[in-house]
Amino acid sequence: MIKVRQLYKKFGDNEVLRGIDCEMKEKEVVCVIGPSGSGKSTFLRCLNLLETITSGEVIIDGENIMNPNIDINKIRTEVGMVFQQFNLFPHKNVMENIILAPMKVRKLSREEAIARGEKLLEKVGLSDKGRSYPQQLSGGQQQRVAIARALAMEPKLMLFDEPTSALDPELVGEVLAVMKQLAEEGMTMIVVTHEMGFAREVADRVLFMDHGLIVEEGTPEQIFTSPRSERTKEFLNKVL
Amino acid sequence: MIGRFDWLGVIDFFPQLGIGLCYTLLISVVGLLIGFVLGAIFGLGRLSKNKLFYSIASVYVEVIRGTPLLVQAIWVFFALPLIIEYNLASISAGIIVISVNSGAYIAEIVRGAVQSIEKGQMEAGRSLGLTHNQAMRYIIWPQAFKRMIPPLGNQFIISIKDTSLLSVILVPELMFQGRLVASNYFNAVEIYTTVAMFYLAITLTLSFVLRYVERRLNIQ
Ligand SMILES: Nc1ncnc2c1ncn2[C@@H]1O[C@H](COP(=O)(O)OP(=O)(O)O)[C@@H](O)[C@H]1O
Ligand SMILES: [Mg+2]
Repeated sequence: MIKVRQLYKKFGDNEVLRGIDCEMKEKEVVCVIGPSGSGKSTFLRCLNLLETITSGEVIIDGENIMNPNIDINKIRTEVGMVFQQFNLFPHKNVMENIILAPMKVRKLSREEAIARGEKLLEKVGLSDKGRSYPQQLSGGQQQRVAIARALAMEPKLMLFDEPTSALDPELVGEVLAVMKQLAEEGMTMIVVTHEMGFAREVADRVLFMDHGLIVEEGTPEQIFTSPRSERTKEFLNKVL
Repeated sequence: MIGRFDWLGVIDFFPQLGIGLCYTLLISVVGLLIGFVLGAIFGLGRLSKNKLFYSIASVYVEVIRGTPLLVQAIWVFFALPLIIEYNLASISAGIIVISVNSGAYIAEIVRGAVQSIEKGQMEAGRSLGLTHNQAMRYIIWPQAFKRMIPPLGNQFIISIKDTSLLSVILVPELMFQGRLVASNYFNAVEIYTTVAMFYLAITLTLSFVLRYVERRLNIQ
């Protein structure tokens, strides 16, 4: 479903991604781990074109997203993204956050969008929060709303960029639980995370990134118990 | 001290000062309305990726911010007519000066407010498939507009006070009337104090209204 070949990304002279190759099947859950500054966020952001790609090839669901004739907005509707800082719209309540894009992009009626929103809020355990504003919610609740908001577009692929890193420790679990449920329902997901327990339990595959390259990849079992690369070992020693 | 002055006598001049006050309000309101439109247009210019639009807006803002209002007023009233070979009424000149001057500051307020919205807001919108224009319209502008209100209110107050400088180009506003009275009746203390109180009354009222609006809109 996703095929990335020789993906390069430069910010000025700073080469942040240096030839990423990776393939993903439908319903696969891939966790990306690696030290800070290794290019994990940039990699995700390239996949839905929040960053312009310097060179390489990215094919999502049969469409080459580098094709200049392609509709970027259409690609983005197929790829949901959840950010570290939630990025909910503070001037809109929870339900309005969720229904905005389905109404404006998918052209759903308000009623259809709200019906969809109610189902999603139930799924993330926030049925009673539709009228709340983001500032009134805990970080964990906000992140669950952000997940519901992304799901409201019915994406084929979900990208998570350190979704629990901005949360107080006691709120991490509720967000990971929602993500785990999503994975079990068969969503295709790429998750950048420092939650090694989650990666071990939920991921089908783990990628270790360092200095703009995928240094090592394998099943969680293999990466966590018998990493081949020295750099992977070093990193895991530090975080485990 | 106080007894030497004829404070009650000031009331005789209220009709004349009242006319001045009306002109002050007229020029402030019309000038700020036009200034708001100019500010919105050139604020967009300052945010634009179009180089020409951006440059024009930048030159406008820098020239106006970099020159004194008094010079702008005198230039528009005494120099501009020689260039365009058309005499401007002082009131028109006054409105032009206040519009163009406040427009430049409002443009910067607009730009600052839009740029103060976290980058993540636009990215969240785009990642949901909204176009750039949709994200601006539904996500960025509503938040930016709220943030503009306090500095806009501040600019309104500044511009209202600035209209007093228009007395030098013979706009019959409050300060002009005050000077007229004071020079004829030698009651500078009473009249200029009264004029100051009139300005204070306007600006305090506006502050009060603004605080109310800010409270209603929940702006910290
Ligand atoms: N918009 C940007 N402009 C310039 N450099 C950037 C930008 N975004 C990221 N970088 C650089 O790219 C590198 C990788 O960043 P990032 O992808 O955020 O890493 P990670 O998510 O793995 O911590 C860093 O050195 C960072 O400074
Ligand atoms: Mg990152």
